[in-house]
Amino acid sequence: MAAKHRPWLPWIYVGPAMLVMVLACLYPVLSAFKLGFFDWSMGTPWSAARWVGFDNFVSVFTNPRVWSSLLTTLMFAALCVTAEMVLGIALALALERPVRGVAFFRSMFILPMMIAPVAVGLTWRYMFDAQFGLINAVLGVLGIAGKSWLAEPGLAFAAIVIADIWQWTPFVFIMIAAALANVDSSVLEASKIDGATWWQMTLKVKLPMIMSVIAITLMMRLIDAFRVLEVVYVLTFGGPGDSTEILALHIYKTAFVGQQLGNAAVISLILLVVVMGLSWFALRLSNPLAEKNADR
Amino acid sequence: MKRREFVKDSAITVFGAGLPLSGAMAQNRYSKYAGQTVTMNVPAHPHYDAMAKILPQFTKETGIKVELDKVAIGRMKDKQLLEMAKSQGDYDLACYIVMWKSEYVSKNLIQPLDPFLNNKALADPNYDIKDIIPVYLENLGLVGGPKGYLPGPGAKLYGLPYGAETSVMAYRRDIFEKHSLKIPTNYDEFAKILRVIKDKEGIGALTSRGQAGHQCVHAWLLHLNPLGGSVFDANWKPVFNNEAGVKALKFLQEVVATGPAGIPGYGQGEANTAFLQGQAAMYLDSTSLAGIVNDPSKSRVAGKVSWALHPMGTRRASQSGGLGLTIPKNAKNADASFLLMQWLTSKEQDKACARVGGTPIRNSTLGDVDMVRQYPEFITFKEALKYSNPDWRPIIPVWDKINVQALGVGISDALTGKKTAEAALNDLVPQVTQIMREGGYKV
Repeated sequence: MAAKHRPWLPWIYVGPAMLVMVLACLYPVLSAFKLGFFDWSMGTPWSAARWVGFDNFVSVFTNPRVWSSLLTTLMFAALCVTAEMVLGIALALALERPVRGVAFFRSMFILPMMIAPVAVGLTWRYMFDAQFGLINAVLGVLGIAGKSWLAEPGLAFAAIVIADIWQWTPFVFIMIAAALANVDSSVLEASKIDGATWWQMTLKVKLPMIMSVIAITLMMRLIDAFRVLEVVYVLTFGGPGDSTEILALHIYKTAFVGQQLGNAAVISLILLVVVMGLSWFALRLSNPLAEKNADR
Repeated sequence: MKRREFVKDSAITVFGAGLPLSGAMAQNRYSKYAGQTVTMNVPAHPHYDAMAKILPQFTKETGIKVELDKVAIGRMKDKQLLEMAKSQGDYDLACYIVMWKSEYVSKNLIQPLDPFLNNKALADPNYDIKDIIPVYLENLGLVGGPKGYLPGPGAKLYGLPYGAETSVMAYRRDIFEKHSLKIPTNYDEFAKILRVIKDKEGIGALTSRGQAGHQCVHAWLLHLNPLGGSVFDANWKPVFNNEAGVKALKFLQEVVATGPAGIPGYGQGEANTAFLQGQAAMYLDSTSLAGIVNDPSKSRVAGKVSWALHPMGTRRASQSGGLGLTIPKNAKNADASFLLMQWLTSKEQDKACARVGGTPIRNSTLGDVDMVRQYPEFITFKEALKYSNPDWRPIIPVWDKINVQALGVGISDALTGKKTAEAALNDLVPQVTQIMREGGYKV
């Protein structure tokens, strides 16, 4: 009622938060856009930056390495996020019921997520080592010849996918486990009374009821998968060749090795557009905010 | 008083007076800066690990404190560029890789050393800069001159070598004796022995770096120079795809085929580990391995390794490169920083650092009888330095980009078999030419 008489009141409430969001989110994006029109090298003053118009955009859009890197990133994200979502949901469902040692398993499963990405990269680098790595040792026990994991393009790509799945499946697990814990038990009881099997309950009752959480989790993982840098940097540095050069690493190399901050800013904008598109798609599956608006 | 007594007494008086005088002069040099803290950016690297062991002595002698900011070698440049671009940075002294020196100077980020060396209040009269191995001093310190990074009119000293290195061969004496093998002295013998060792011993013949980016380029350059090749001609036109370039890359492909498994993924650490753990019979790379190869806690081949010169191709050549120390333009305590740099690279401390596993930069250290007794390989190192080529790689401001983003991708493709040696190098020419043009070279 009060808001009706004083229409400016909500702005007072949300104003500070909006201001922080604008400063923290919008400003860097606008800066990147501005930087895209300049040729600027790190370590030089901004006054030395040279206006180049759309040159950076032209050079980025005509650079085949950027597109091959984008393709690598899309494949990486598709494989990682699909596997993480499937495994995360499966684990959450498996540990939903009270089984012995559930607390232990839950703690174990979330450990990888807590490790710093650089340490994850180093750990997997040693595990994938062709001479001394654990993976080849296990393969040897099984009678399978060891592989040069980080020395062959296909295997190196598999290695970065495996490392990402290992680290981030726990995140999906936590999100889904928390959502499942909040499912209304009366609905589940009703479905049980109606004679639903476990599969029917899971696929037709539980998962649809937590679809908004699944959508948000999917969106967050997609965004993160496009931003992965440290693990790939340590594990393969984009190689062999450019077989694992995901876009975030390409941006890093363009900015910090090539010293072309303008070009790097333009590639970052491409990354932003792609991630925004995919996030929009993920929210189309089930947007919790839209649902709340519809409820009103 | 007899003449002999007079001379004796005089000598005692003069010499005795001189000792406290020189001590007092050194004391005066440092006293103004006692209490200051020099912040030093260093990499995680065996030489700098050794340096950290002698630093407390510096503080004890001078009263100047030292704070180390140790980072992974691969992330050092990003951090330094950000720090050195500020009006006042956090680093008073920075370690740099040889390839960065021209870029830092072109961006006006580091200070020339002449004003410090000519300042009598700071410079140590006994420093003897001529004792520093000349090829190291030129390769790591000089910027300017006709070529931009070598001696000549206009070249100035911007840094001092510290952790500098050349290339030498280390080999497993036991394996060579077991199969009555001859140490390869030229590239023909070298190429033949790779397959022989692989077949006879069943382990990798030669370990090598091979990871995409700087690592695989470093490995290729190790063979390019002795085989008579270079990256550019005298007019900066790319010539690395000529016969010598292709031969060097084909040799490296053979190293991968006969070496320990996984070379195309090896950084320096993995390449060293393969040799130290007995998975390869030969090592051809930096002298920095010497500090750890006989340490049983890090090496399974301690006591089984001998050293030889880099095999000769169409010419005898060994690498020049490694690490140096420089003073950023925006250093807060530049004078104290110079004093630390001077102390670390002095004759006494070069030996002290080498004794605890560091890499020497002075001829007097390499030739010191006690040091040679501790490290007999110094004899080989000293010989290798005679052939060390200061023009090993073109240290121009755009080299880092050429190294990592062009050559580092194409050579890696050749090592995994995705491209032939010829195709990989030919495909790189337009990319490298484009980078050179963007860098202002008229090619």
